[in-house]
Amino acid sequence: MIERRPGLAIVRHVVLVAGVCTVMFPIYVAFVASTLSLDQVLAVPMQLWPGDRLIENYSAVLAHGSERGSSAPVGRMMFNSLVMALAIAIGKISISIISAFAIVYFRFPLRKTFFWMIFVTLMLPVEVRIFPTYKVASDLGLIDTYAGLTLPLIASATATFLFRQFFMTIPSELAEAARIDGAGPLRFFWDIVLPLSRTNIAALFVIMFIYGWNQYLWPLLVTTQESMYTTVIGIKRMITGGDAATEWNLVMATAMLAMLPPVLVVILMQRWFVKGLVDSEK
Amino acid sequence: MEDRAVFRSRWMPYALVAPQIAVTLIFFFWPAAQALYQSVLQQDPFGTRTEFIWFDNFKALFADPLYLASFRVTAVFSALIAVIGLSLALLLAVFADRIVRGAHVYKTLLISPYAVAAAVAGVLWLFLLSPSIGVLALALRRLGVDWNYFLNGGQALTLIIVAAVWKQISYNFLFFLAGLQSIPKSLIEAAAIDGAGPFRRFWTIVFPMLSPTTFFLLVVNVVYAFFDTFAIVDATTQGGPSQATEILVFKVYQDGVQSLDLGGSAAQSVILMLIVIVLTVVQFRYVERKVQY
Repeated sequence: MIERRPGLAIVRHVVLVAGVCTVMFPIYVAFVASTLSLDQVLAVPMQLWPGDRLIENYSAVLAHGSERGSSAPVGRMMFNSLVMALAIAIGKISISIISAFAIVYFRFPLRKTFFWMIFVTLMLPVEVRIFPTYKVASDLGLIDTYAGLTLPLIASATATFLFRQFFMTIPSELAEAARIDGAGPLRFFWDIVLPLSRTNIAALFVIMFIYGWNQYLWPLLVTTQESMYTTVIGIKRMITGGDAATEWNLVMATAMLAMLPPVLVVILMQRWFVKGLVDSEK
Repeated sequence: MEDRAVFRSRWMPYALVAPQIAVTLIFFFWPAAQALYQSVLQQDPFGTRTEFIWFDNFKALFADPLYLASFRVTAVFSALIAVIGLSLALLLAVFADRIVRGAHVYKTLLISPYAVAAAVAGVLWLFLLSPSIGVLALALRRLGVDWNYFLNGGQALTLIIVAAVWKQISYNFLFFLAGLQSIPKSLIEAAAIDGAGPFRRFWTIVFPMLSPTTFFLLVVNVVYAFFDTFAIVDATTQGGPSQATEILVFKVYQDGVQSLDLGGSAAQSVILMLIVIVLTVVQFRYVERKVQY
């Protein structure tokens, strides 16, 4: 505290409470709508306190989706989203940590070239190469498979940089000592580098899990069967157009289910989340 | 990065980089090359006839009023997202910076939208602003606003901007908060002793010292507005009404995947790639400088 201004402290809390309320409002309304019957949602104005249909709505979407829109069970979609998020997070971390290890601890021809190739992927998001990437995936028979959902997204320049940056802070004496003691590179990686990287791995895991769970365009392109939909694209299929036709209470229940895992991950792993976010942008 | 290499092996480094390089080649370089190649071809939708036409696809694009309109929409859209998103986040961060009691609660609640998928964010705001049943749409109508984004292009654009800003606010907030907390307290105390009030201190010390963070966030937000907002547009307005919200990424998808105009869509992809490359270079040059400070 620089100076005592009790008035200012109150203003601070008032502004923040207003900010938090505004930011949380859409989520609160979605939650309320997910506990109402369809008639209650369509009533104008909709009530702003929770109703009593919570269990019915959620078990309905988990078991068989929306009756009027897409009727794919959301339970299945949640499973697909989970597989996709975990495979992307683990895949990105694994292939990045070993390539960063090779780039830092070995000297070999084409090392710089590989490094730049990985760097350039930053400049080629899926959104700019939509159709050709889809074509490659379909030529390889990856449509409607888990491999198709995840493989094209697991190259990661950010994770590779982060690990490279971190490995360069590990004192080189450690590697030399390990070598003198007769440890090979893999042994050194497994016993020293990997345990030292634990916090970085946790931080990246949080960021990549959210990234994977929230993917939209790629699953939209690469899945055609309802049984392969992820939750995020499933929601859109439940909106049939026209407010009266859409079962908004069920759509909102699905939206809550789609938000729950990543929001929980962020809140429970907040420390790593902030570290991951800040580090991965360096 | 000089005398680090300690291990020797003829094959191991290649085996270690192989998975990453394979994915990069198959799913990044090859499709990007395909996009480049197709952008100079003309193909009918059934793929029976292909013709090499040099830069005609690009010429056609820049002569197409719809494409130019999409450029304009994207420019307005990203400028508004960056300005509104950064201002709101900065405001919240400045007020959150000095709070001791309850700081953790505020922070936790403010960062949760980051975890919400863009498409879900779009659907949440779609529900709030739906002309017939939306809670906020009703409030707007009571205030005398004739709210119907199905008909009014400006309102449709407002809808996607609100959803996009809402989702990005957590990110901006976290970076501003980190920036604020790295400003040395002694500077602010010195100014306070010299009699500068909170507003004066903010404009003469805090804001200038935040400029690296602000610039970085500006670039990140523009990239976000250009590319990550595809899901918001697709889940809400789908480019309509009459192309009012058809941002560039959405148009690539629309023309390529829906209308099967492969050459035109590939040419648009190439233009987008150039934009990402410029933005990435700007961001990295700036980061290089920050490292040297």
